[in-house]
Amino acid sequence: MNAILTSKWTKVFVFILCLLPLGLLVWRAAHADLGANPIEFITHTTGDWTLRFLIFTLAITPLRKILHLPQLIRFRRMLGLFAFFYACLHFSTWIGLDKFFNWAEMWKDVQKRRFITVGFTGFVLMIPLALTSTAGWIRRLGGKRWQMLHRAIYLSAIAGVIHYYWLVKSDTRKPLQYAFIVGILLAWRLGAWLYGKRRRPDATVITHEEPTTAETA
Amino acid sequence: MLVKKAPDLTYADVTPKGLYMGRRNFLYGLAATGTAVWGYKNIPRLLAPPPSGSTPVKLTGVTKWPGSTTEKQTPIEDVTHYNNFYEFGTGKKDPSQNAGNFVTSPWVVSVEGEVKKPRKFSMDEIMKLAPLEERVYRHRCVEAWSIVVPWIGYSFSVLANLVEPTPKAKFVAFQSYYDVKQMPEGPRAGIELPYVEGLRLDEAMHPLTLLSVGMYGETLPNQDGAPVRMVIPWKYGFKSIKSLVKIRFVKDQPPTTWNISNAHEYGFYSNVNPTVDHPRWSQAHEHRLGGGLFDRPIPTLMFNGYGDQVAGLYSGMDLKKNY
Repeated sequence: MNAILTSKWTKVFVFILCLLPLGLLVWRAAHADLGANPIEFITHTTGDWTLRFLIFTLAITPLRKILHLPQLIRFRRMLGLFAFFYACLHFSTWIGLDKFFNWAEMWKDVQKRRFITVGFTGFVLMIPLALTSTAGWIRRLGGKRWQMLHRAIYLSAIAGVIHYYWLVKSDTRKPLQYAFIVGILLAWRLGAWLYGKRRRPDATVITHEEPTTAETA
Repeated sequence: MLVKKAPDLTYADVTPKGLYMGRRNFLYGLAATGTAVWGYKNIPRLLAPPPSGSTPVKLTGVTKWPGSTTEKQTPIEDVTHYNNFYEFGTGKKDPSQNAGNFVTSPWVVSVEGEVKKPRKFSMDEIMKLAPLEERVYRHRCVEAWSIVVPWIGYSFSVLANLVEPTPKAKFVAFQSYYDVKQMPEGPRAGIELPYVEGLRLDEAMHPLTLLSVGMYGETLPNQDGAPVRMVIPWKYGFKSIKSLVKIRFVKDQPPTTWNISNAHEYGFYSNVNPTVDHPRWSQAHEHRLGGGLFDRPIPTLMFNGYGDQVAGLYSGMDLKKNY
């Protein structure tokens, strides 16, 4: 398993896999197969994939620990950046296609509509994480500080789920499924943190993740 | 005192190494099982052809109503595959996929309440109450998309006049068909069903208020509200109730489904109004379906552009309060 995970071809393969949702969208657009409301279709698809990639990213640490596959860490940055990539597509669909650069109306929306406010907040929080995702920035910030900063992804994921929950009109099943998964992933971290604290009560700062400087790819 | 000696653990009690090491494989197995179950449940559905359903029948002797909009009509493919009909599922494509086998014949519409001549109408009777007209209306959904549809029907007032509302009748309450056996998605829709709607009597009697039995030259497809529905073109689409089975003339303002679900967002009147936002999104613009990927949002018109005909119904009313 480790041999597969450490192979550089696996990384290429996962990268291509991550591009498939976009590829499928482009393919459908080229075949005029986006349905009656293509702008809504693209908005919902890119929004869905943003949430999914946030979940994939958050799942890496628990899976590494549970499955004893530390090498999974090699994929975390890529998955996180893909979450940001699909969030950018989602956001620019809203700006360019849905609102057609009506900045006044959009700014009003960001202030007035709580589902847009919270979605926008989640997106803005991802920007510093994307910018500081390189090995150079981990060095510059130091492992601990870098890790503190990157816990903002918890807030982005929560904001993303609330954004979806507040958007739907009456059928809350899908947003609640996302909420459930994000809840489990965050609860696992809380549990791991509490467990670590109990085992080492004297430690002041306890981290349950080793710094990601280990990632050299 | 007799103390029972705890049985010694023997070598036989040691967890076999295979099992002990098997946790990871167990988790992989779990994932594989999950995938298999998903496949078992979904692959047949993905491979099956879509239900053929009841085929709409061509309507003859339909006259053209002179008040129709000359705007480009939305392609029928879009009007039949992008529907809000929560009884058949909350996704836009669900109604076209799930309503195929909906039984709409025989069909009876019961008219009751504050009327001198309550009665039941069969679908055959409804088809012949008045000459059928094709009316091309703009249809604006509260979700900020719109369509242009050639409906077929006649003014609702034709039917209302036949049953002779009493002076006590001030409102009309409408109810949709609901049967969980035919609409298994209904209980998961998140709204109370059967779907109910209502109009003030003068709104219901307005000549634009249409009792519709068809569109695009044919009877209504199931997902568009077969076999008979209301169309009120100056109000948000959810007021135009589908698959009508009961009409009740009443004294007091009747409850309406979306208002029950969320009174803060959906009022009784729900007139199309670009200056009164939905609390969660602006109503100033709309996307006209069928315009493709790069269609620009167009400004939404007061009363969906029917202000000349209907604004008088609301003179003196604060439309921000009576949204």
